[in-house]
Amino acid sequence: MILSPFFKVAFTLIGIIAVNIVSAQSEHMVTVKGGTYIPLYGVDSTAVTVEEFSMDVYPVTNKEYLKFVQEYPEWKKSTVKRLFADGNYLVNWESDESFGNQLADDAAVTNVSWFAARKYCECQGKRLPTVDEWEYAAMADKSNPDARKKESYNQLILDWYEAPKTFNNAIGSTFKNYWGIYDLHGLVWEWTMDFNSVLISGESRKDVDKDSNLFCGSAAVGASDLMNYAAFMRYAFRGSLKANYAIRNLGFRCVKTNGSNNKNLTY
Amino acid sequence: MNSKLTKKIFLSLIMAVGMGSLILSCAKKEKIVYEDAADIPANREMIAELTSPPNVPTPVGKRKAKKLIVDMEILEQEGEMTNGVRYIYWTFGGTVPGSFIRTRVGDEVEFHLKNHPENKLPHNIDLHAVTGPGGGAESSFVAPGHEKVFSFKTLNPGLYVYHCATAPVGMHIANGMYGLILVEPEGGLPLVDKEYYIMQGDFYTKGSNGERGLQPFDMQKAVDEKADYVVFNGKMGALTGDNAITAKVGETVRLFVGNGGPNLVSSFHVIGEIFDKVHVEGGDLINENVQTTLIPAGGAAIVEFKVDVPGTFILVDHSIFRAFNKGALGMLKVEGEKNKTIYSGELEDGIYQPEGSGIQKMPSNNGVVESEIPAKSMEEKMEFGKATYMQTCFACHQGEGQGIANAFPPLAKSDYLNADVNRSIDIVLHGKTGEITVNGQKYNSVMTAQTLSDEEVANVLTYVYNSWGNSKKDVTPAMVKSVRNK
Repeated sequence: MILSPFFKVAFTLIGIIAVNIVSAQSEHMVTVKGGTYIPLYGVDSTAVTVEEFSMDVYPVTNKEYLKFVQEYPEWKKSTVKRLFADGNYLVNWESDESFGNQLADDAAVTNVSWFAARKYCECQGKRLPTVDEWEYAAMADKSNPDARKKESYNQLILDWYEAPKTFNNAIGSTFKNYWGIYDLHGLVWEWTMDFNSVLISGESRKDVDKDSNLFCGSAAVGASDLMNYAAFMRYAFRGSLKANYAIRNLGFRCVKTNGSNNKNLTY
Repeated sequence: MNSKLTKKIFLSLIMAVGMGSLILSCAKKEKIVYEDAADIPANREMIAELTSPPNVPTPVGKRKAKKLIVDMEILEQEGEMTNGVRYIYWTFGGTVPGSFIRTRVGDEVEFHLKNHPENKLPHNIDLHAVTGPGGGAESSFVAPGHEKVFSFKTLNPGLYVYHCATAPVGMHIANGMYGLILVEPEGGLPLVDKEYYIMQGDFYTKGSNGERGLQPFDMQKAVDEKADYVVFNGKMGALTGDNAITAKVGETVRLFVGNGGPNLVSSFHVIGEIFDKVHVEGGDLINENVQTTLIPAGGAAIVEFKVDVPGTFILVDHSIFRAFNKGALGMLKVEGEKNKTIYSGELEDGIYQPEGSGIQKMPSNNGVVESEIPAKSMEEKMEFGKATYMQTCFACHQGEGQGIANAFPPLAKSDYLNADVNRSIDIVLHGKTGEITVNGQKYNSVMTAQTLSDEEVANVLTYVYNSWGNSKKDVTPAMVKSVRNK
């Protein structure tokens, strides 16, 4: 049998990508050990178990994303399909091949849609984190895997929600958390794989009554109000999104499943 | 033959229709009364005039119901709560409260809600004037960099609050996301001479009242309902001094007063005026001759009064510590001829000293916390001093140190002040009761002892001595300390 030239090229590409994955993972990813936690202010029955996974240490930067659009021209600013990215896609980029001098090369790439973010991760042999994975990794502060009850930690997050124009700050400019991950709080929002699986209708007072695991505990709001408010804002933000939206304060990072029997992705 | 006949029939038909329509058009001159506001037709399109506080748009007058296009942009932006204190406000239209919307019954409002791309958060709007689930909140949930459009028909006349209802609702409201929408009855409200837009709100900051710098929102204080600022129109001083609202003697003033909350109920009162009319809770019920009207959080009232005498009338939340210590203070300045029959001014000044009179003292927690950041230069001293002045001294001694005749002595070009600096320090620290003569005028009233740190006393007195034609003394914390330890 003779292999067609097309397949040869394809195999070579896969080879290159595989090499990239290995180097990328060792340099810029860290392992997050699995565990069980209760998201937002759910009750015990809503506990979520997350199995071990690896996460990018930093959000994806403008420089990295530029490389991606050069390799995959269908994701360039002018050629992207509107179905996959709305009119704000890379809106502040100077051109298809340059983000210009207003944006920093080591700032997180923003104004990217969910489709684009997902594709980027796929092309690195990774994927977007699930909401559960993201929230699990992000509840750590510098020294604790779960700092959600700490007032200082929550105030820090709330302060960021109020600070304008942080999207152009350099990656790594916030703190390194327990797992060795930077910038989960303090720079930009981040896309997640199942960002709209928690339904927030926009009428948040009504959501409280919804027969939804995440919100039924609302009546029990007590000492951990601050923690709820911080998380609630993230869930509200995700609820306002559609997959083709590209937003100034929204970037992403990728994760990778560790082990063959990992159940973090259940769909 | 046949065709002629048809023609005749056709003509007579046309005539009949024509006459019919004549009769109809005559009938139209009689006013059509719609039993149900939902049936009022809205034909023409119109862009709504939106105004920032304290202004209100032109009255609807006799205009017909229209399709009214409201274009509103949400902006998260930094502003000044009071001198030296900055705060990140979330706003409808760039102001707190948000732009005033004026409609009439039967209008079809097409609402365009735009969330600025640089905003961090999604928002929405719940208008209490909307009949429908969530008051529009469900249809207007909008991510940054997007625009949502929804429409509603105004069915009930009245003055209504609108606000953001995105989780966490309390925080969105606490950061300033509220405003008023007026639905006038057919034919409009009776015309008056002056109309103004005022809205109260409570604010919760990490630092306590007056603490300088960019102050983040404090969720715990909000949950505990311990407000650091209670203000009219989003900041201290939004309605005082040069920003005061004005009227002339003999004019009728109508105030559209709302309360955004998030927590506190307002006891709205204008010192020295009686409300001739109050549209209780912004609805149809009119109460007359009211001194103080209660405005619930998320509610409003329309108050009207004729101003008969000139002077400065102070608008307050009569939960009075909020007015003098937290900022819920505004001014209405009335110009014109005096009317001695209605108000004489002072007729007599006698001395009255009941038993046990003494100096009133402000509460103190065993010594005073030093202000954390000392002034590093004369400019900073003046700046910090002014901030303290505006919080502590302004209500009595007034913005330009002019005082209030017969009640509070002036600090501007004050011979009494300039004569003895240690006496001035002593009065700020320990208060003063009894008769004094300032610039030839006798004053006999009470100043309370102030709870201020040495640093703060030094700054505020330096500010006073270096303003309004005074002797430019530089008061140091050490000077204050030595008077305190005497």
